[in-house]
Formats: sequence, C-alpha cells, structure tokens
Amino acid sequence: MSDISSKAASHPGSSKDKSMKPFSLTGVGGFLAKQGILVAFAVFIIGFTIANQRFLDPDNIMGVVRSSAILGVMALGVTFVVISGNLDLSVGSMMSFATIVVLDLHDKLGPALAIPSMYAMVLCLGAFIGFLVGYLKLNSLIVTLGMLSAIHGLTLTYSGGKNMDIADKEGTWFSVFGQSTLLGIPVPILLFALVASVLGIVLAKTPFGRKVYAVGGNGTAATFSGIRRARVVFTCYLLSAFCVGTAGLIQASRSLGSQNTVGQGLELEVLAAVILGGASLLGGSGTIFKTVIGVLILGFIQNGLLLVGLQFYVQYVVTWIIIILAVWLDIAAKRGKLWSPFA
Amino acid sequence: MEPGTLSTFLKRGAIWGFIVVELLFFSIAGEFLSLSDKAFMDMDNMLLLFKQSAPIGIIAIGMTIIMINGNIDLSVGATFALSAVVLLDSMTWPVFAGLGDGVIPIAWGLALLTGIVLGALNGLIVWKTGVDAFIVTLGSMLGYRGLVFMYNGEQPTSHLNWTLVDFAEAHFLGLHTATWFLIAVTAVVWFVMNRTIHGRNAYAIGDNRTAAINAGIRVGPHMMINFMIIGFLASLSAVVFYSESGSVNPNDGELYELWVITAVVLGGTKLTGGAGSVLSTLGGVIAIQLLRKGLGHIGADTETVNLVIGLILIAVLFLDRQLNLKGKQELRI
Repeated sequence: MSDISSKAASHPGSSKDKSMKPFSLTGVGGFLAKQGILVAFAVFIIGFTIANQRFLDPDNIMGVVRSSAILGVMALGVTFVVISGNLDLSVGSMMSFATIVVLDLHDKLGPALAIPSMYAMVLCLGAFIGFLVGYLKLNSLIVTLGMLSAIHGLTLTYSGGKNMDIADKEGTWFSVFGQSTLLGIPVPILLFALVASVLGIVLAKTPFGRKVYAVGGNGTAATFSGIRRARVVFTCYLLSAFCVGTAGLIQASRSLGSQNTVGQGLELEVLAAVILGGASLLGGSGTIFKTVIGVLILGFIQNGLLLVGLQFYVQYVVTWIIIILAVWLDIAAKRGKLWSPFA
Repeated sequence: MEPGTLSTFLKRGAIWGFIVVELLFFSIAGEFLSLSDKAFMDMDNMLLLFKQSAPIGIIAIGMTIIMINGNIDLSVGATFALSAVVLLDSMTWPVFAGLGDGVIPIAWGLALLTGIVLGALNGLIVWKTGVDAFIVTLGSMLGYRGLVFMYNGEQPTSHLNWTLVDFAEAHFLGLHTATWFLIAVTAVVWFVMNRTIHGRNAYAIGDNRTAAINAGIRVGPHMMINFMIIGFLASLSAVVFYSESGSVNPNDGELYELWVITAVVLGGTKLTGGAGSVLSTLGGVIAIQLLRKGLGHIGADTETVNLVIGLILIAVLFLDRQLNLKGKQELRI
C-alpha cells in the first residue's frame, strides 16, 4: 500500500500520462499555438508569393477579398451565434431564400421596395429560429438543421423550382451592390468591411457584446448575473439573419439571376471559416477580426492553389488539414498538453 | 403503474405511432387526392419503400451508435461517395482483368476497406487530439470530398457489371436485396449495442464521459471502433446502392449527413449521447421515406417534403423536451 502511494506521490500522473509530452505555454511553441492562425496565414502568403508572383498583385488580392465577401458577411453573423454558444446551420438555405426573394420582388415591386421586403422576410425567419433556440431553449443544432430543410422547401415552393432572373438586366441600378466599385474598391468589399466594423465594435465595445460572451461562456452564471439569456440569443440569430440577407443581396446583385440552391452547403464552409478564426463551438470565445482572418485564409488558399496550377478541389483537402491543426493547437495550448487525455 | 412509465412509453413508441398516423393519413387522403388508382398501402409500394430507405437507413444505423457515443459524423456523405468511386473503378483495373465475375468480391472488399480506413482516420483524430468530433468530421467532410474529386476529377465514374445489377435487383423471400442488407445491419448493430461490452461501454461514454474515464473504460478505442463501424456502414450503403446504378458523380452523397441525422433524431436519439435505440432509428428512416412517398402520392409538390420534414423535426424536438422537463427543476428565466 505504502509502496503504491509513494510511487504515485513521487511521479504524479506519470503512470497515466506516459504518452503525453509537456506542452510549454511559453516560448515559441506557445506563441505558435496561441497565434497559430496568424502564423499559418503569413506562411501561406509567403509560400504562395514565392510560388507565383501574381499572388500579391493588388488586383488579385482585390479579387480574392471580393469573392470572399459573401461567405464573409455570413460568417460575421454566425460568429455572434457561435460565441453565444449555439450553431446556425440554416444560413446556406436562408441565403438562397434571400437571393430568390429579392430577385423575384425586384421585378414585382421595384428594387427600392424589394430590398427592405427581403430583409423583413429573412429577419422573420431569424426571429423564428431565435425564438425556438432562445426562448424555448431547443437544441440549436437540430433546430437549424430542421430550418435548413424547411427554408429550402420554402424557397422551392416560392420559386416553383424554377431559376429566378431579372427581366431587364441592363437598366436596373440594383447591380450596384455586387458589380460596381466605389473609389476603386468593389462595393461587396465595402459592404463586408462596413458590416465587419460595425459588428466588430458591437461585439468588442458594447454591453450587448459582453453579454454575448457571458451567455456563451457560462449561461447559468450569466442568468444569475441578471443577463436575459433568451433575449441575447434571440438577438444573435437576428444579427445572423441580417448578415445572411446582406449576403443574399450581394449574390443577387452580382449575378442578377439565381438557382434555388445557390447557398447550398455554404453553412458548413461558413462554420469552417469561423472555427478557423478560433471561435470555440462551446461558446464564449472568438472575435470578429479573427473570423475575418479565417474567411480570408479560406479565400487565399483557394486562390493560391489555383494560381500554382492545382484544381479547385485540392483546397478541400488543404482546408481539412488546416482546420484540424488549428483547432488542435488551440485546445492543446489551453489544456497544456498536446495529446488528449483519453486513454 | 410507476410514474413516468406513460411518458417513457410515449417516447419509445412515438415514432411507430407517427408511422401509423402517416399511413392512415396518406391512405385516406390518397383516396380523394391521388391521381393514381392504386392504394397507398399497396404491397409493392411498401416493399419499394423499404428498398428506397436502405441507403440512408444503413448509414443512419451507424450514426445512431456514433450519437449514443456522444459524437457526430458529418463526413458520411463523402465516405459514401469515395467508397462508391473505389467500388466502380476497381472493377476496371487491369490487375483484375482475368478474374471475370471474381472481381466483384474484391471490389466490394476494397470499397468496404475504404470506408473502414476513412472512419478509423476520423476516430483516431478524435481520440488522439481530443478535438470535438463535430469539428473533426466537418473538416473531413471537406477533405474526403476533395479526395473524391482528386480520384477522378469532375467526371462521373461508371461501370456496369450485369451480374452485380442482377444481384442488387434480386428478390429473396419477397424482399429486395437492399432491404435484406438494411435488416441485417439493424439486427447486427442492435446485438452489438445491447448484448456486448462494447455497446454497454458506448452508452456509458455517451452518458458521462468523465465518469466513464474514471470507471476505467478506455474511451478512445471505443470511439474509434464506432467511427470504423459508421465508415464501414457508409461504404456498405454505397456498395448496395451503386451495385445497381453503376455510375457515381463526385457530388453524390452530399447532404446525406443531414438526412441521416434527421432520421436519427426523429427516432429519439439524443445529440448529447447516452440514450437512443437502433430500432427507433429504423422507425425514423421509414417515417421520412413514408413522408416523401406519401406527399408525392397525394399530389403535393416534391418541394414541400423538405418544408414538412424540417418542421416535423423541430416539433419532435419541442415535444421531446416537454416530455423530458423535470417539473420545476429547470431554471426560470
């Protein structure tokens, strides 16, 4: 008996954790783990620049950011939802819905009325999800999974399964949101930057932003501190719906015509960008700035791989590796050990 | 009657009750609305329903044990597609040219091995890194899909082997081959989950992972075995389906993970783990397929299926929570 206890005392945890190497939180390893995503971003940019000089061309950079804008705007809203400790898988089909609705109403009501009507409809959907998850406290994964399917059905019912096109593509000012430039910068980038800065300030500098972190970090503690959890979650889904509406607006304005499935599968890419940005799916951590970095990483990897002559699908494999490494390093830094505690 | 027995019974039997309601509704509504003269509860129609349930159903059985274990697998659609590509492509490899129909078991074996390896890779990452299975499989959903594309570009992979088609279209005791596979998988997995140590440990891990670790259960290997099982089942589903169709697009199997999870949740398995039943999942799969066929039968647009299934999923979640509320224990907010 004394033998065992003295052994355990002299080597605390050693019998269990033989395979686990100590993982220093200071020094180079710790820095890599904590700021890993920025380091990876820099490495990629340097690598692609060496491989192809055109990569850092201003036109190329502008093109990448512009094509990332739709995904990016959606990721901003989802960041709020994820920080509050929930998930939103319905953004992809909601984006299809927004695109189809705004294109359809464009010809029926004119663009000036179509845009607010589309926002109103999308916010209603967001409010419905927010009600279910916030006030009824249903599991957000399943609710938004159900809404993914339901909104897809709604879109198909609305459009009758047909593609939606604007009749007069030349004579409408509706195309400004997706196609024109202001001071040499494409409008989608400006919209993305505008929404990102506003939401970034809301999240970092306002009482509401602090409540979002509190609710996601520890819902019970937040409730006992007098924060109305349900209302915060509800507002997060409204913000997410607003961002989805904006993404739909850019998409519709850029193409002036759309299929019913334009946003299909985007929900998981959006989530990948948010996770790459370092937001924890458990809630309570993440920032708008890091999400923007996550979005840009996805965009630049895609672009860089194309520029060095690889097919578009190689990015899927690269994204897979990066996501797992990023999250692994992140949690390894938090627990102080590289390998998991599972036997 | 003990308190709670009624609600337990309601929860257990809910999915089968739902199926009966669906059958009655579509039979009666079909009398008035259907464009065809055939009754909805026609024997051939029901047999076809089982056959069509099989591809999603086989994967859903696997997803049930993953979710009982407290994990989730979003990569099943991509695993399904990659196994199908391996199945169809390997039959044309020059190495096996002289084998004739002897190539079939080899192709099946290779396809199933693909699924097991992909599942094992997921499981190993979850085990060793401790990253949440949702993130790991979200990543591999993209990664495995990338592998599908890298294998054969954006071209469909096609190879029809008529012996295989005959086998897949065969009937045995009145049921289609695919249906037999679904039944066999359900039976085997039910046995594993209810009568073996692995199954009992899987429930324990899903119920309370920390307690399971403290009780000396090796959490990692059990999770990895479950991921290998679902990888195997995803490829088995592909093998059964593509033996008949003979052509696979690189996008095939997309969104399967969502249909599968819907079926499992309809069957009453908890996302949080520790509870759930393979048989109820079978009920969930049949309920979804019945809904698709039924809505088509009464002449509703096929688009409404998505709408109805989504709303039913949310309604089920709501009802389940109402049945599970423990009086006033819950925090009033």
